[in-house]
Amino acid sequence: MITAIDQRPDVVSGDANAMSPVWARIVSRCQESSNTASYTMKFVDPEIGRRYRFLPGQFNMMYLFGVGEAAISVSSDPANSDSLVHTIRHVGSVTFAVDRLKVGQCVGLRGPFGSNWPLESCKGRDILLVAGGIGIAPLRPAIYQLLKNRDQYGRVILLYGIRSPQDMIFKEEVEEWMERRDFQVLITVDYPSENWTGPVGVVTKLLRRVRVDSRNTSVFVCGPRVMNRAAAHSFLSHYVPEDQIFVSLERNMRCGIGQCGHCQYGPKFVCKDGPVFSYASVRNLFGKDEV
Amino acid sequence: MRNSVLYTIEKGELDKLIGILHRDGYTVVGPTVRDGAIGYEAIESVQQLPIGWTDEQAPGHYRLKRRDDDLYFGHVVGPQSIKKFFFPPKQRLFGIRREGENDYVFEATQPEPPRYAFVGVRACDLAAVRVQDRVFNDVMPDPYYAKARSQAVFIGVNCAEPGGTCFCTSMDTGPRCTQGFDIALTELKSTFTVEVGSDKGRKLLEALEHKTTDANTKHLVDLMMQSAAEHMGRSLNTDGLPEMLLNNLQHPHWDEVAKRCMDCANCTLSCPTCFCSNVEDKTDLTGDHAERWRTWGSCFTLEFSYHTGGYNRSSTAARYRQWLTHKLASWHEQFGTSGCVGCGRCITWCPVGIDITKEANAITDDVKRFRAEQERQRAEEVGS
Ligand SMILES: Cc1cc2nc3c(=O)[nH]c(=O)nc-3n(C[C@H](O)[C@H](O)[C@H](O)COP(=O)(O)OP(=O)(O)OC[C@H]3O[C@@H](n4cnc5c(N)ncnc54)[C@H](O)[C@@H]3O)c2cc1C
Ligand code: SF4
Ligand code: SF4
Ligand code: FES
Repeated sequence: MITAIDQRPDVVSGDANAMSPVWARIVSRCQESSNTASYTMKFVDPEIGRRYRFLPGQFNMMYLFGVGEAAISVSSDPANSDSLVHTIRHVGSVTFAVDRLKVGQCVGLRGPFGSNWPLESCKGRDILLVAGGIGIAPLRPAIYQLLKNRDQYGRVILLYGIRSPQDMIFKEEVEEWMERRDFQVLITVDYPSENWTGPVGVVTKLLRRVRVDSRNTSVFVCGPRVMNRAAAHSFLSHYVPEDQIFVSLERNMRCGIGQCGHCQYGPKFVCKDGPVFSYASVRNLFGKDEV
Repeated sequence: MRNSVLYTIEKGELDKLIGILHRDGYTVVGPTVRDGAIGYEAIESVQQLPIGWTDEQAPGHYRLKRRDDDLYFGHVVGPQSIKKFFFPPKQRLFGIRREGENDYVFEATQPEPPRYAFVGVRACDLAAVRVQDRVFNDVMPDPYYAKARSQAVFIGVNCAEPGGTCFCTSMDTGPRCTQGFDIALTELKSTFTVEVGSDKGRKLLEALEHKTTDANTKHLVDLMMQSAAEHMGRSLNTDGLPEMLLNNLQHPHWDEVAKRCMDCANCTLSCPTCFCSNVEDKTDLTGDHAERWRTWGSCFTLEFSYHTGGYNRSSTAARYRQWLTHKLASWHEQFGTSGCVGCGRCITWCPVGIDITKEANAITDDVKRFRAEQERQRAEEVGS
């Protein structure tokens, strides 16, 4: 079973140096919001498709022919490696180029890279997931695994912050999750629409609505930098230990293999030591400006 | 004092050695005068070495000068190290041709590296190669680097006269070549002493006219090395340095340096251990042919830390701090070694003469003063 993997899966790439991509075909596209879409992909070479494995929280480098590369997390279920999903917010050159592709066209991929959400070592504990905007994408594989192995964890709670109700991604799924009695999902928006009846404001405000058992909770956080900081500090003030708060960080990435130097964060290479870090391991850097 | 066997060869044998290396198919690279500086280039014979030249170096200052002897290696290191031969400044990683709408074909990726023989490499630069190995060879080997590296021959030269910005003694990398060479030479008036560092080196020595060095000459070499170690142009206090720097990321001295720093990136480009690169993808005019290039990068540029949310290091102070703390502190956690080998290039080639040893020592001294003052106050409180 996939959840039992605690060693990182092999990196798939076009040749030995892991700097060239292999091809994957877009088999379907789902518009999630005005600027975000999910792309289901299959490796053109079926042998690679059989071989490719990833862990929740890991990412691929996605290459658009002649345009460039961007780090994109895998947002699908690791148990189902046959259909790899990437959920992409279209913001710049590479992601705009993905937006322009038609179903049936190809992108280059190499990966998976980086560290994962520590689902194994958090067994038996309450899991509190905090997502901001597109940050829900790298958390979704973890959610799939948590729900599949639901009996192995304590309470599972998702706090999800979005700009406005129209910006919610994975909408149908989120609604399904909200129906479940074994999964508490709370959503907050910055800018409510007229018919929004839920909470308004930053995601950390939702913490008032949940009971945090500080001795038995592990927290997974992924969102914009400001949110990551606020969330980590709120949990610390709720006495969640530093080594049970996990944050996924974003940095400029050009290689994914610890060689280009761009993703350095103090002594850490975010591409290989991260993107998922325990707060304890980055305590001296976290929240400091300009490192 | 080094307890290895030394051999002596006449000076003329060096040209023979270069000839043998050529015959064996090596591209022989050595120091040579070009554009007013000494750099590593392909050479045909000893005649191209900087015979009778020396280099005057100080912060922000480099000048070639005539020596009053005709030593081959009477200079130290120039603006460029041998890094460029393993990790080229500009390198094509791959080319791709698009055939039809959706069919991509990879074209020949990287060229085969030449077989290099480096003549006259200094101890600091040999140490720098071992530092870069940890990035490009030890974990996820870069194919070009790994190949070029594995087939290279290193003829080291021990430094008898350190330059004005050298501090290899502080970094424990020189002035004597102690590892990473096939042969290490010490230049005397009319001979070289030779230390053998590998089987390859032994074979090369055997092809030359050589004899065992007599005890007096051996002693002389030891004295030369000792004197060189005592005459470093700079020195760096490395005691507890990594922790000290990482605990003082907010020290006001970073802003003070930033007032002088011009963000020119000369320091990273001349540094033999800096490994950062940019990856650039582009297409030709037809749009059917794409290439990926890797070029040297530098943490001194603003774009370096750019990401969707903005720049991670938007100020010069932050970038200078990244550079210095990376070299002297975080490198240890990343690779188990300092990222600085004490070659002094960043000091010499800084247009405004910013000096890594001075800046780091300034912070160390200030923190020490602060701690001493705290101690004193505490003692007073206890006493009263
Ligand atoms: C580990 C990791 C996982 C990620 N996962 C995802 C994911 O699952 N989904 C997702 O959508 N994103 C993800 N990202 C973020 C994604 O990699 C970035 O958004 C990436 O920059 C997009 O590349 P691009 O070429 O489309 O945009 P870019 O070209 O980088 O442009 C982004 C924005 O910045 C501006 N810009 C570009 N260059 C510069 C410059 N030099 N100076 C100033 N401004 C500039 C552009 O105009 C644009 O507004 C992830 C990032 C990391 C590190
Ligand atoms: S930091 Fe300066 S002195 Fe140290 S190895 Fe690099 S160029 Fe040489
Ligand atoms: S981060 Fe800066 S100092 Fe460190 S290797 Fe890269 S260019 Fe050199
Ligand atoms: S992305 Fe290149 S070192 Fe991390």
